[in-house]
Amino acid sequence: MSTPILKLEGIHKSFGKNKVLKDFAIDVSTKQSLVVLGGSGTGKSVMLKIALGLLSPDRGEVEFAGEAVTNATGTKRNEMLRRIGMLFQSAALFDSLSVWENVAFRLLNTDKVKRSEAKELAIETLRKVHLNASTADLYPSEMSGGMQKRVGLARAIITNPDLIFFDEPTTGLDPITADAINDLILEQVRALGVAAVSITHDIASARKIADEVAMLHDGNIIWRGKASSLDSSGNEHLDQFVNGRANGPIRPAID
Amino acid sequence: MSSEPSIINPFQWIGKGVLATLREIGTLSTFTASTLVAALTPRWYLSEILKQFMRIGFHSLPVVGLSAIFIGAALALNIYTGGSRYGAEQFVPNIVVLGITRELGATVTGLMLAGRVSAGIAAEIGAMRVTEQIDALKTLSANPYRYLYAPRLLAAVIALPLLVVVADIIGVMGGWIVSVYGLDFDSNVYIRNTVDFVTTGDIVAGLIKAVVFGCVIAIMGCYQGDRASAGATGVGRSATLSMVGAAVWILAFNYLLSTVFVRIGL
Repeated sequence: MSTPILKLEGIHKSFGKNKVLKDFAIDVSTKQSLVVLGGSGTGKSVMLKIALGLLSPDRGEVEFAGEAVTNATGTKRNEMLRRIGMLFQSAALFDSLSVWENVAFRLLNTDKVKRSEAKELAIETLRKVHLNASTADLYPSEMSGGMQKRVGLARAIITNPDLIFFDEPTTGLDPITADAINDLILEQVRALGVAAVSITHDIASARKIADEVAMLHDGNIIWRGKASSLDSSGNEHLDQFVNGRANGPIRPAID
Repeated sequence: MSSEPSIINPFQWIGKGVLATLREIGTLSTFTASTLVAALTPRWYLSEILKQFMRIGFHSLPVVGLSAIFIGAALALNIYTGGSRYGAEQFVPNIVVLGITRELGATVTGLMLAGRVSAGIAAEIGAMRVTEQIDALKTLSANPYRYLYAPRLLAAVIALPLLVVVADIIGVMGGWIVSVYGLDFDSNVYIRNTVDFVTTGDIVAGLIKAVVFGCVIAIMGCYQGDRASAGATGVGRSATLSMVGAAVWILAFNYLLSTVFVRIGL
């Protein structure tokens, strides 16, 4: 078995009295595409933020490439983040910057690459996500949701990371655009040979982009297996989720 | 046992209120300290500072100028009305320039910018917070204190004194216009009295206040924006809180600084 690029172990996280993650554990191997499924409010985003160091766990350890990075700061944290790409749910592009400045943000602000070189590399990366050079000087507000996701993906891959996080990559997109984004994710993950962790409740997306699927419920992973075994998991929680039934062990979020 | 204070026990309510206030003071102090450290130590994002300076300083010129001219004009009229009761109308230029430079130039500019700039900063940062742009900054190894908050603080601290100088000049001009064209003052005498009366200390006192008000405006905007909760309501609330907070702190610091200046003879 290959070394996990990312490992979370014994993670506990509470907000007030609300225990979101309880002794949570997960690992992702190099070049593996793992999709974490789970209902609203089950802690998927919290897991992602802890992995990225945006939130500190109450207890537990985060390892990246075999190194403990829980609450890492300074150079160690920057080195880790350099090897991680992140596509946010809303793309999270900076409104005041042009598309190419968004894509090249790390190069311009952290690596201090010359603007001309950074722009050239940003345009090259935009082409990889099927956006042409003419979009480089646009502003995020001038683009559709699907295009913004592509720009977000370009920003995530520009530094050739070892691991990419996808937070609800298809949320808010029409089914055709969502499928195109899934294709793009698959294409880029394979082309770069990176590990990918996606969190979603879009089953179609999970089927398409996952090697493995994990089901998060009540603060922990209750099932993990091949994407191809989603329909034959034998897990009643996953079964209810995959088939989108209101009746079952998982209580709808509106209850 | 419920953690909510009992309605019949006022001490629980008082205790809860005191704890919440202390927590708020602690959070604001930590935020202010972190922003000041980021502003005073490298690395500085010069293009961001310049961009914010244009927004905070240059684009505030019309509102500051208009406010100052009306304040100066109204001040002259009121001093004339009061002074005429004691036959002291001739002191209008002296009191106008003193009031504008020591007090009203800085305070009115500060209050106008609390509305225009502090609320704007809070809304912008709040929107960035709720759309995960601040998280995105962190994942790209950019420190929000350095990239977002410090440039706004530095821009406000540089812009406010310059705006106050403009407000002082236009405010005194407002008093001169009313006095010369409405109250039959001699223009040359009015100007001579103004220039002879005002001291460097009066102008410096206003400028020191301006620096402090610049800090308050930027810090309150960034702080409330950074704490914005999700949704349009959350962003709107952070804009309101920043404006109200900045206005109250400006008035409080104005009194505090005026007291200090009187004590040290400035």
